[in-house]
Amino acid sequence: MSVVDNQPAAAGRGSDRAVAIASSIGRFLVIAVTTYIGLLAVTFFIGRVIPIDPVLAVLGDRAPTAVVERTRREMGLDLPWIEQFYIYVKSALRGDFGTSVLTTNPVMSDIRRVFPATIELATLGTLIGAIIGVPLGVLAAVKRGSLIDQVARIVGLIGYSVPIFWLGLLGLVLFYAKLQWIAFPARLDVVYEYTFTPITGFYLLDAAIQGQWDVFYDAWRHIVLPAALLGYLSLAYISRMTRSFMLNELAQEYIVAARAKGLSETRIIWGHALRNAAVPMVTVIALSYANLLEGSVLTETVFSWPGIGLYITNSLQNADMNAVLGGTIAIGSVFIAINLLSDLLYRLLDPRTKAG
Amino acid sequence: MSAGTVQSRREWLLSERPASRLQARLGRAYVAWRRFSANRLALVGLIIIIALLVVAAFADVLAPYSPTFGDLKNSRLLAPSAAHWFGTDDLGRDIYSRIVYGARWTLYVVILVAVIAAPIGLLVGTIAGYAGGWTDTILMRITDIFLAFPKLVLALAFVAALGPGIENAVLAIAITSWPPYARIARAETLTVRNSDYIKAVQLMGASPFRIVLRHIMPLCISSLIIRVTLDMAGIILTAAGLGFLGLGAQPPLPEWGAMIASGRRFILDQWWVAAAPGAAILIVSLGFNLLGDGLRDALDPRSGDQ
Repeated sequence: MSVVDNQPAAAGRGSDRAVAIASSIGRFLVIAVTTYIGLLAVTFFIGRVIPIDPVLAVLGDRAPTAVVERTRREMGLDLPWIEQFYIYVKSALRGDFGTSVLTTNPVMSDIRRVFPATIELATLGTLIGAIIGVPLGVLAAVKRGSLIDQVARIVGLIGYSVPIFWLGLLGLVLFYAKLQWIAFPARLDVVYEYTFTPITGFYLLDAAIQGQWDVFYDAWRHIVLPAALLGYLSLAYISRMTRSFMLNELAQEYIVAARAKGLSETRIIWGHALRNAAVPMVTVIALSYANLLEGSVLTETVFSWPGIGLYITNSLQNADMNAVLGGTIAIGSVFIAINLLSDLLYRLLDPRTKAG
Repeated sequence: MSAGTVQSRREWLLSERPASRLQARLGRAYVAWRRFSANRLALVGLIIIIALLVVAAFADVLAPYSPTFGDLKNSRLLAPSAAHWFGTDDLGRDIYSRIVYGARWTLYVVILVAVIAAPIGLLVGTIAGYAGGWTDTILMRITDIFLAFPKLVLALAFVAALGPGIENAVLAIAITSWPPYARIARAETLTVRNSDYIKAVQLMGASPFRIVLRHIMPLCISSLIIRVTLDMAGIILTAAGLGFLGLGAQPPLPEWGAMIASGRRFILDQWWVAAAPGAAILIVSLGFNLLGDGLRDALDPRSGDQ
């Protein structure tokens, strides 16, 4: 105590800040590790409650008892469950989720192949949601109770209430079948499937890098509707949260001070209030991104989009549990990481939140 | 009823000095109702939910055809008409009748999830809040872990393991939706835990079990009801999503999500097969969202954004 007291005030504050940051990060690591182990515990449990005996699934039900017993030992199923869980966690950390029955590949290599498609879709969706949702939320807050506020509220409420897969089907009827503005459900036209070599797995980016603008246009025609739908979901969330943050900021005294100084309304709203609302909004956008990763399961199924969501549902139809659980862990890991990182970011960026 | 009695009745309800417990309760309910009914959108929500209850209760009367058997010979995939308001599906079944009976399954899922998940959350939250210490830390860590999971994907994995079916879908959704209730119940418990009336009950020798059950849980109910109502739309959407993926209700149950899935094959030519059940899901979830918003503003004026 006395050591701190003797130091100059500024240095004391600096070290307080450092301690706060260190404890934030420490807390983050503890929570991240326990949550991840929790996720693995749940998937482990799910894998064990399946009514299918894993030994019988491998051998069939005509194998002699001795063989069954040996296989059971080889698969480690005679060990105590805590030891089985330890082995499970160890292999999961190595990225080993077993082999997919359906594709006969290791689940991890399947996931690596399909994940970029999901990331591309979710990223574009979040971009659309943020670009429209933030200004909409700001306008709704500034002109509270006006027509635009009402419209924003209804648009948001419908976004919270609509089954996304249904909206996707209706979108296909309208934009693909009737208006023919967009391409059929897939990632690229068949023509390009064989001439186009992806580098990063993000087709829009790959096509742009290689200067193949016809491919870029084709990829765009395939992605635009599913991305717009996911964008609508995140727009509903982002605009609602933006509105409430902005209302909060606009009620602060510094806004009155800025007005008294004679600043233009535009500057006050977009320069001062929005900038102060920016920190919680980063969190909101990150959370909506995580939600879109999850929402992509249904969207990808409707649009035959070869991402992780379609991979999981295809594996489900074929009772391919390794692939289902591997996919669940993959989405879960990214989801948890984004959730916790945005929380950490919020604590570090916002001077008002102290660690603890 | 004359204007005078209405006037005096209102005065009785709004009295500052209620003479009985009943009067105080009715007065509070009246004030909450006045705030609620001033919100037109919330009233729309209430009407939608009442309509859902009525449709589910009188499905036998309201549905002109059987929900499970159709006329395969004469009425396959008919467009909407006076005889079949929303058309017929590929098995010749009247879609309007199926949607009417589907209201029962929607209610079944929503009520069952609420009945399973809310008490779990209530129990975990009140115990954690009242006990404090290690019990609190461990229970809340578990809650946070579940809160950080992707709900739909986890529900998918659960149903995949348990096997498809509406009961398993309900179970999977309930398992993934209790954590927010535990958080709310704990927060409410912490606010009353050190209050005088709890101390008084403790002095009288009530067991912790009795205190939590009789004196803390009732205080958590109203915030819990608001949160459950707001979650109903999410529950309906998740259940419909599971149905759509073939993991929820199995044919021939007229569950709305599964109906959309079966209409998917005909979506380009016979769009009405999938369109009508989706619209039903949208309207009902919208109703729950509007009702939940209204209840929150009426019962808990702190969190309203007026």
